[in-house]
Amino acid sequence: MTHIEAFVHQLTEALKGRNADYIEARLEESQSSHITYRGRELESIGRTTAIGGNVRALVKGGWGFVSFNNLGELAGSVELAVKQAQLVGNQESQLAQVEPAVDVVSAEKDKNPVAIPLAEKKQLLDEYNDIIWRTPRLQTSIIGYSDGYKKVIFLNSLGSYIEQERADIALRLAAVATEGSEVQQAGLSLGSRGDFSLIKGRQREVELMAQHAVELLSAPQVKGGEYTVVLDPVLAGVFVHEAFGHLSEADFVYENDHLRQIMVLGRSFGNAELNIVDSAAVPGLRGSYKYDDEGVPATKTYLIREGKLVGRLHSRETAAKMKEKPTGNARAVNYRYPPIVRMSNTYIEPRVTPFEDIISDIKEGVYAKNWYGGTTSMEMFTFSAGEAYMIRQGKLAEPLRPVVLTGNVFTTLMNIDAIGNDLEMNQGGGCGKGEQMPLPVSNGSPHIRIRKCLVGGR
Amino acid sequence: MENILAQAKRVAEEAEVFMVSSEETPVQFEANRLKHIQSKQSHSVALRIIKGGKVGYASTTKLDDSQELVSMAMETAEFGMPARFEFPSPTSYPQVEVFDPDIESISIEEMIKLGEELIVAVTSHTPDIICEAGVTKSVVSVHIINSQGGQTNYRKSVFSLGVEGTLIRGTDMLFVGESQNSCHPLLEPKAVAEVVLQQLELAKNQATVPSKPLPVVFTPYGVASALISPLMVAFNGKIVLEGASPIGNRLGEPVFDKKLLLWDDPTIAYRPGSRPGDDEGVPSQCTPLIEQGTVTNFLYDLQTAALAHTRSTGNGSRGRGGLPTPSPSTFIIAPGDTTFDEMVQDIKEGLVIEQLMGAGQGNILGGDFSGNVLLGYKVESGKIVGRVKDTMVSGNIYQILKQIIAIGNEARWVGSFLNTPPLYCPSLSVASKG
Repeated sequence: MTHIEAFVHQLTEALKGRNADYIEARLEESQSSHITYRGRELESIGRTTAIGGNVRALVKGGWGFVSFNNLGELAGSVELAVKQAQLVGNQESQLAQVEPAVDVVSAEKDKNPVAIPLAEKKQLLDEYNDIIWRTPRLQTSIIGYSDGYKKVIFLNSLGSYIEQERADIALRLAAVATEGSEVQQAGLSLGSRGDFSLIKGRQREVELMAQHAVELLSAPQVKGGEYTVVLDPVLAGVFVHEAFGHLSEADFVYENDHLRQIMVLGRSFGNAELNIVDSAAVPGLRGSYKYDDEGVPATKTYLIREGKLVGRLHSRETAAKMKEKPTGNARAVNYRYPPIVRMSNTYIEPRVTPFEDIISDIKEGVYAKNWYGGTTSMEMFTFSAGEAYMIRQGKLAEPLRPVVLTGNVFTTLMNIDAIGNDLEMNQGGGCGKGEQMPLPVSNGSPHIRIRKCLVGGR
Repeated sequence: MENILAQAKRVAEEAEVFMVSSEETPVQFEANRLKHIQSKQSHSVALRIIKGGKVGYASTTKLDDSQELVSMAMETAEFGMPARFEFPSPTSYPQVEVFDPDIESISIEEMIKLGEELIVAVTSHTPDIICEAGVTKSVVSVHIINSQGGQTNYRKSVFSLGVEGTLIRGTDMLFVGESQNSCHPLLEPKAVAEVVLQQLELAKNQATVPSKPLPVVFTPYGVASALISPLMVAFNGKIVLEGASPIGNRLGEPVFDKKLLLWDDPTIAYRPGSRPGDDEGVPSQCTPLIEQGTVTNFLYDLQTAALAHTRSTGNGSRGRGGLPTPSPSTFIIAPGDTTFDEMVQDIKEGLVIEQLMGAGQGNILGGDFSGNVLLGYKVESGKIVGRVKDTMVSGNIYQILKQIIAIGNEARWVGSFLNTPPLYCPSLSVASKG
């Protein structure tokens, strides 16, 4: 068996004496398993192992990057990365100062979920699938389980050596109900930092999800237009990720003078109650880590404090070019990609208003829960709810078909006029940017109320 | 490879080894400047076995550890689904050209020059625009062998050239973009830039739309972003088998407008979506899906076809390195006889949709879509008058594609997957702010 440790010495030597301003390398070793169900039967079960690595070089502001599975030609890979960077570079290299680190971060509490017997995983999924199938009028079920465990060794030309291990579990369940040519579905996403016990014991949630899919068959579609919308913690978490999180990633901003003017620190984006945070330093969440993929220690970063823009997420390069502090947010989904600026655990801080008070004075509005997905173009964004209900005279009323909501970052955040006291972090999501997906992140929020939110509908 | 197959055959009834190697070279520009050159070399091997009548599966990028690969596949076979299919025996494949050796001789310097020309062509039209551009070449080798003696072996080259521009005025952001790809080198950056310049021209002014049902022309990009995901799901033989496709029991029935023709075709020469055989080694074929509005076929891999008592259409695909599952290779929608200008001229008040954001997030299975118009134009009295914003459109593809007013006479490729003309639809629900 080949292990990445065996290549560390050779790689350390290969990084020396190169004609580059900076070089880093990552070696990665991983294992994973997956189980999927479509309908009553198990559809696919598989195991995967991988070993690979990459080298990234910076010369006069230009980057070269080489990724590979063959670890036998490390010197050649380093040479190619440097040569590519030389072809690109024609200005001054800028990277924020970071102390070289030598550290070994073992997975500690993360148990290796890949090592759990497949029979045990299958038993849990069988149980959930049975619950879905017990629901009357249900057409089919879709279940996707995956887990992974990986070790990454990071080396750079400044003398850093960081070894990090991490584990991850993701479970997505969906129930499909049909009637004639009418098809409706409801879903549930769960995840954890490798702790299998956290996805156990969710029988009641699975049952409610399956019932909801059937309920949707007779639910009406909302009439399109502007509504006062209340989001539950799960959907509000997706909202904060899409509506603001991506815009705070400095790689969108740092070389764009117009955006730098728009995203100037101190600009008001919301009312004084609104605080938005990204923190990889909170332990135990799916977006948590000790060092990012450039070897920078994780931090807790306020993006919005009391409604004003106070920070953004950085790589070493974006921090240097914007003369701000690095935040440790450069992440790569795996060794095939260079690190880019990403979120980690992003949330709206809780305030004091209980849920009942948030909806009590809404005459006609929409309560949107759970998520299908979300996407952003920076200025405008959409996010979709897996469950939705009308709010009438301050009370939850009839269920609606899934709704898609849209907003504009410069107005929608301003229209948040109530923030609840019930922060929850959702571990079920994965984020995509460029080709790099799904990256483990978590999002969270308390219940929030948004005035004048545009909802698509009939 | 043969070694892995031999080891697997000693412990399992049947086995198949699937190996992919690729080398990709992306040259990337950010903020109008060259930023990054990459080289991505990858190898992976996947083993599928049938043991005790059940399917086991494992994959790895470690090329020196076939024993671990075989034992992982054995471990999963204990729980795997019962195999209802046989691996393909030796067979002949259609001649599908997907490799152009010229791609290998294009130098990095030439690729840099192409990207620079592309950006200059856009910025000389609109100096304030900030562009990201990418010029990428890649070569992929696929090799499949199985215990029935079946063998598939091919090489594919892909070249792509694309640019995305962001134009910011105050807090208003406009996103434009175009990308093209082929198995041949693409050496005409002007052809890519032309499309972007036209978007910039049409989006110069802003316009508002009322919240009410309006006629809509979907451009090829618009068709891709709004209408295609539900169709991909609906024609998937697996979804049909589960009873979750709205058209699953309507084979031979007129579900769509008579003018609509759709087929799946992985045999078109030098297209990145083409290949001589699928990821299970089943020969490629052209499969008609909608003929004159009538549902004619669904797409199958080996296992799903066996369960549905039909035969594979050669659409077994290993999306993210997992087991094969049915997936379209290339969707082709036949062009009609109306020009784009004629469609626009026909509209008193309506929309042209070029890019819909978030449309794939709703109830795709049921055909519902709803999205924000990321790039789209208002039409008044037969003329495009400007770009619309903060606007959502919603609809259901089964209602929309049942009654199409006209189909454009010019089709184009959108990405490597879709070739479509513009579609002109009578009425879509529009909700707008203000």
